[in-house]
Amino acid sequence: MKYAYYPGCASDSTARDQHTSCVAVARSLGIDLAEIAGWICCGTTPAHQTDRVLAASLPAANLVRAQKMGLDIVVTCAACYSMLKMANHEVLNHPKVREHVREVLGQDYDGSVRVRHFVEVLLEDVEIDRIRKALKHSLNGLKVACYYGCLLVRPPEVNQFDDPENPNSLDRLVTAMGGESLDWPHKVECCGGALSLTRTDVVVKLSDAVLTMARAAGADCVAVACPMCQINLDLRQRDIKKETGRDHNLPIIYITQLLGLCLGISAEELGLEKLMVSPESVVKRLTRVEELV
Amino acid sequence: MTIRIKKDKIAQGLLRTVEKMADVDLSTCFQCKKCDSGCPVSNLTGSPPSEILRRLHLGAGNELLESDLVWMCVSCETCFARCPMGIDIPSAIDALRVLAVEQRTPTPEGNMPLFNRVFLKTVKIFGRTYDLGMITAHKIGTNSYMKDADKFPVMLKKRKIALLPPRGADRKMAKRIFDSVRRNKENQK
Repeated sequence: MKYAYYPGCASDSTARDQHTSCVAVARSLGIDLAEIAGWICCGTTPAHQTDRVLAASLPAANLVRAQKMGLDIVVTCAACYSMLKMANHEVLNHPKVREHVREVLGQDYDGSVRVRHFVEVLLEDVEIDRIRKALKHSLNGLKVACYYGCLLVRPPEVNQFDDPENPNSLDRLVTAMGGESLDWPHKVECCGGALSLTRTDVVVKLSDAVLTMARAAGADCVAVACPMCQINLDLRQRDIKKETGRDHNLPIIYITQLLGLCLGISAEELGLEKLMVSPESVVKRLTRVEELV
Repeated sequence: MTIRIKKDKIAQGLLRTVEKMADVDLSTCFQCKKCDSGCPVSNLTGSPPSEILRRLHLGAGNELLESDLVWMCVSCETCFARCPMGIDIPSAIDALRVLAVEQRTPTPEGNMPLFNRVFLKTVKIFGRTYDLGMITAHKIGTNSYMKDADKFPVMLKKRKIALLPPRGADRKMAKRIFDSVRRNKENQK
């Protein structure tokens, strides 16, 4: 199992822990991630708000490189995932955009590289049974609210990731790890995403709504697969407390960190100390698989 | 809000421009308002998505570019995913943003246009985002030095913000992309 790995810019800043936990989990499960040499930023929201050709060309430059490697491209960031998928969609459906991209890059791109989120690789290529057999620890009934946010599942025509209104990919992984995945209504609500630095007031309101609902559902923690969701829900809990008085104190943990813990990977390697709200309560619940029998 | 319509205005409005820029057909909207129901900011904005579409139908011009939704929209794609007619509303909003920048409409709260500019500037220079550079430039431009100041020390300590610019990207390719997109745009005018 070999893939062209696109870490995305957050892997060097806010989501370093998502990157290191993904790489560690991949190694543990025998997934070969070959980082794309010289990869560049996908442009994310600022690109698509600024220029349509720019928004297709930045991701396409990386897709071309993956194509030369002859591999599917794998990403961990939901925003990168969405931009790469959208670039394929644009090139395949709009000949004019494809022509512009060709001029900009100096070479043609046909939109044929398969874009996968690491969660898809886990579920479709590694498969649940093999993951379950590799687990050393169980979450032992930990109540997990799986949060998908926007860009993994929308727009559904482009992303084609799971059910756009009630996805269960992360839930299936949590259940395999021995956790209790919660049925809750805010799985695909928005946390405020790209407004994090410009309209923090809006982010605080939206993230508070998500966290309030997770707590009402009885969550011990929230599992995420997107750096934007993680930073907003985690970092903004302080601001929410200041604004509303509500102290959610909910650990917001990457699905790869949860899986890494269950695979017996060290907390340091998974970057657990990078989380703002301490995941200590989650780590304490881990139980060795043989003790459960 | 009150909407005033002048009969001869529709032909001069933004409707066709937006449809062309975003490659969307907005005429199929029948105002069911499913977009507003799912929109996470519809109760915070003065003009929810359905109203933006209706005003376009009714011949709105550049005044529409000053609607707060233009920069408050979080691009969450919920409206598009739920629209029974499959209208790509987020792409229409993106087109309005491009027009707003071109028309130099008044700076919106939080100055998202500046954020976009400095964000893309770091990508053009380094090939990847440089958070510290981008945040500093945005803070200078919006005079908001103290905002989130409490979080910087802990984020630096946890290395959630890198001090140095990113390395390893194909910077030449990034510059080439930005330069030719600009050239492309100028040629079209």
